[in-house]
Amino acid sequence: MLRIIHIKVNGREQELAVDERESLLDVLRNRLGLTSVKKGCEVGECGACTVLVDGEAIDSCIYLAMWADRKSVLTVEGLKGPDGELSPIQKIFIEEAAVQCGFCTPGLIMSAVEIVGTGKKYDRQELRKLISGHLCRCTGYEKILDAMERIVEEVYQVSHRTE
Amino acid sequence: MKVVGQGMTRVDAWGKVTGEAKYSADLEPRDILHGKVVHSTIANGLVKGFDLEEAKKVPGVVKIITCFDVPEWQFPTAGHPWSAELHHRDICDRRLLNQRVRLYGDDIAAVIAETEVAAAQAARLVRAEYEEYEPAVTVEAAMKEGAVPLHPDIRKDNVIAHSHMTMVRPDFTFEQGLEEARSRYGEEELLVLEETYDTPRISHCHLELPVSWAYVDTNGKVTVTSSTQIPHIVRRCVAQALGLPTGRVRIIKPYIGGGFGNKQDVLYEPLNAFLSMAVGGRPVRLEISREETIYGTRTRHAIEGRTRAVVTRDGRVLARKLEAYANNGAYASHGHAICANCGNVFKGLYQDELGTEVDCYTVYTSSPTAGAMRAYGIPQSVWITECQADDIAAALGMDPLEFRKKNGVKDGYRDPANGITFHSYGLDQCLERGRQAIGWDRKRKAYAGQTGPVRRGVGMAMFMYKTGVYPISLETASARMVLNQDGSLQLCMGATEIGQGADTVFTQMAAETTGIRADRIYIVSTQDTDTTPFDTGAYGSRQTYVSGMACKACGEKLRRRILEYAAYMLNHEGKDLSKTVYKDLVNQAAAQVREALGLSGEEEIREEMLDLADSRILAGKGGRELLDLAVVAEVAFYSRDRSRHITAEVTHQCRSNTFASGCCFVDVEVDMPLGLVTVKEIINVHDSGTLINPETALGQVHGGMSMGLGFGLSEELLVDEKTGRVLNDNLLDYKIPTAMDVPDLKAEFVILEDPTGPYGNKALGEPPAIPVAPAIRNAILHATGVHMNRAPMTAQRLIEKFREQNLI
Repeated sequence: MLRIIHIKVNGREQELAVDERESLLDVLRNRLGLTSVKKGCEVGECGACTVLVDGEAIDSCIYLAMWADRKSVLTVEGLKGPDGELSPIQKIFIEEAAVQCGFCTPGLIMSAVEIVGTGKKYDRQELRKLISGHLCRCTGYEKILDAMERIVEEVYQVSHRTE
Repeated sequence: MKVVGQGMTRVDAWGKVTGEAKYSADLEPRDILHGKVVHSTIANGLVKGFDLEEAKKVPGVVKIITCFDVPEWQFPTAGHPWSAELHHRDICDRRLLNQRVRLYGDDIAAVIAETEVAAAQAARLVRAEYEEYEPAVTVEAAMKEGAVPLHPDIRKDNVIAHSHMTMVRPDFTFEQGLEEARSRYGEEELLVLEETYDTPRISHCHLELPVSWAYVDTNGKVTVTSSTQIPHIVRRCVAQALGLPTGRVRIIKPYIGGGFGNKQDVLYEPLNAFLSMAVGGRPVRLEISREETIYGTRTRHAIEGRTRAVVTRDGRVLARKLEAYANNGAYASHGHAICANCGNVFKGLYQDELGTEVDCYTVYTSSPTAGAMRAYGIPQSVWITECQADDIAAALGMDPLEFRKKNGVKDGYRDPANGITFHSYGLDQCLERGRQAIGWDRKRKAYAGQTGPVRRGVGMAMFMYKTGVYPISLETASARMVLNQDGSLQLCMGATEIGQGADTVFTQMAAETTGIRADRIYIVSTQDTDTTPFDTGAYGSRQTYVSGMACKACGEKLRRRILEYAAYMLNHEGKDLSKTVYKDLVNQAAAQVREALGLSGEEEIREEMLDLADSRILAGKGGRELLDLAVVAEVAFYSRDRSRHITAEVTHQCRSNTFASGCCFVDVEVDMPLGLVTVKEIINVHDSGTLINPETALGQVHGGMSMGLGFGLSEELLVDEKTGRVLNDNLLDYKIPTAMDVPDLKAEFVILEDPTGPYGNKALGEPPAIPVAPAIRNAILHATGVHMNRAPMTAQRLIEKFREQNLI
């Protein structure tokens, strides 16, 4: 049965008719064309489909679209600035060579957004734990952790300067 | 200008961090039909018939196709170039859907439906009736007297192939070697060892599932967009499977989310194309779930290595023997190539004084099909070879590194069977660098004779690895370059980007050779077999070497054509160019070049007098700047006297090969009561020639090391011996390393220019995955004295061993 839901996706209000059984992943990809949200396992094991729902990182493959009704969803497509410029997190992923096949990248970037959103500082070991829900077969996580460390450090510095 | 050797940012990084890089599933049209494969629920038997009544009732089902509806001929799937020679051809042992079931989860039918849910529901409701035989899951069961042959039309028993190789003498046998050793040195001077070493079945676990979608185009072309490493090979195999001429098949390969060898095989593309044709060419998608991918696509072979060795008490290896048994599963896929490769490195990595004997067997079993996976039999080979090396050293009381230096492969080694040679050799330097980095000498002493429950150990392993597949197979590659009006370039490679960074290094190579700035080179990432020049694809650590040669040759050709046109412009500045806006500029440039080179007004300016660097035409090498390439390009396009579209295309057949090498050194802590191994320090050192891009090279090493950690400590695909069913076909139960499981990874390179590499480079993509697992194993041996002969070294296996030896 179809249900009407209202979601704010990447800052834009959307009114959608979705199947009750439909995952948020399928709605984002198939109805809204947000193909940065990747499907790697469909059972919440790999983290490739991670998006933020009201600022919290979730596996969109095991999150029903209905549950996102009246919530705000952020995907990588929503990170660029008004003139198309990259967010600092995206830039650091490029600069630290943290990207290989790129399939886990959007999900990891969304977790990075969540992590810096806490305003806390984490060391490498803590970051390992925080990203352990994301599987990557290309990088051995080495460069991803380098990027994460820099992201946390730089955002922390910026937020402390403004205080 | 030196672009090769720089850590240039990946050309696809922007697309990937923005999510705008498109993968196969991202390109599907909206109204697409959904395919779903029906898998057998027995491992060995025959489909007698189907009951499709319930399945057909599911609303939205369009069509159900069973194994009784597909063509009767069989096709190959291996990502090898086709051979015009009959006996070199891959084994054709598979149909689009199989009535003869050979593994649990064999493809027996397929459903096409309007929605994914309908397709899945109907697939579940398809009922098959079977005649069931006993599954033979292990090599032992499949080789047993009276075992049911899985492919009686192809082989009378389940042995796909057996190869026998020797070193020193063609007729050498280990028994003879043993006899000779005894007579030469006397029994008391010798040490004889016999051990068996086992490697696990491993799943590739690329993050992107095998996904494809197919339709028949308006011109009749059967078109498949697929996540593959080998688009041109997929084209040929789809044509063979469907009985179509090759030209009627078109394969498009966009960005892919990893392959690691699984996608160096033709997976579901032929079936996908068949499904589309069955519904009049409408687009049909076929996405394979993670579970189906793990049990139903390909795996790395489990290989059992039965070894023997005879060495002198002072540590000289006299003879070794290997009997390798590879469990190939239900279908031949790459066939015997992988186990034979395993045997080759065993025989070459140490130089046995009297001789070496190797027998390799590849065996069909009723279990998941094994095929290519990163380093193609060599992780297994080096596990066997390097476990054996440390066991010999331990038995002799000799330092394992000294043992390797004494007996290991030396500079200039040439494999007598195929001629592959170390044209550059950095293994000795790699070993020294690893030794220093880990603090080998100090730690070997410091960790000796520990007694407590928590112990430390250092271990190492080394390897050699060929670059590409020549002369075992054809090596051919192509490149095309097209100059744009602004002096920028389209680079079109037949070689594929699969995450390893191929597009970036080819951009660097093209910049290096043409003299066009890297930021003015646009590589076409997608391969489309209708427009992309031929290349066999991403495998065998071949592309920077073999396809790099094509890129270089193409770049040289294009550069000559540009300089030839520039020379024409400079010679005709007063005539053909007199009406153009560039008249003065070219006039001035002509005067400059004449002055710089001391040429009179009458003398012709020839192309070899000019140079192209940093996108500028120069008066001789490193000489004065004359013109921007953009001016030459624009004139060449639009000249009313001599319009030329400057392009180049080259197909290059590679007829060389060279060994890369390297090693891993590791420092572990073993908590014996917990069976817990913690890698405290780990370093890989690689001899891969010149690095085209040190940043992407490092990425390859890190990823390979992490795979090696999984192989050593946690990864094993478990198959139930009674039913043939895979027990851990998901990412929760099949344990690839997470960020919590991987320590800080260190990597170093010994950079020696290889004379055969197009830019001094040789294999790097696969090698990092090779030496890690045996290095960890040897460190555990150092820490505890326990010989772990079976990977992965899980807590359970460690504790069993520790208990067996009364250590806990």
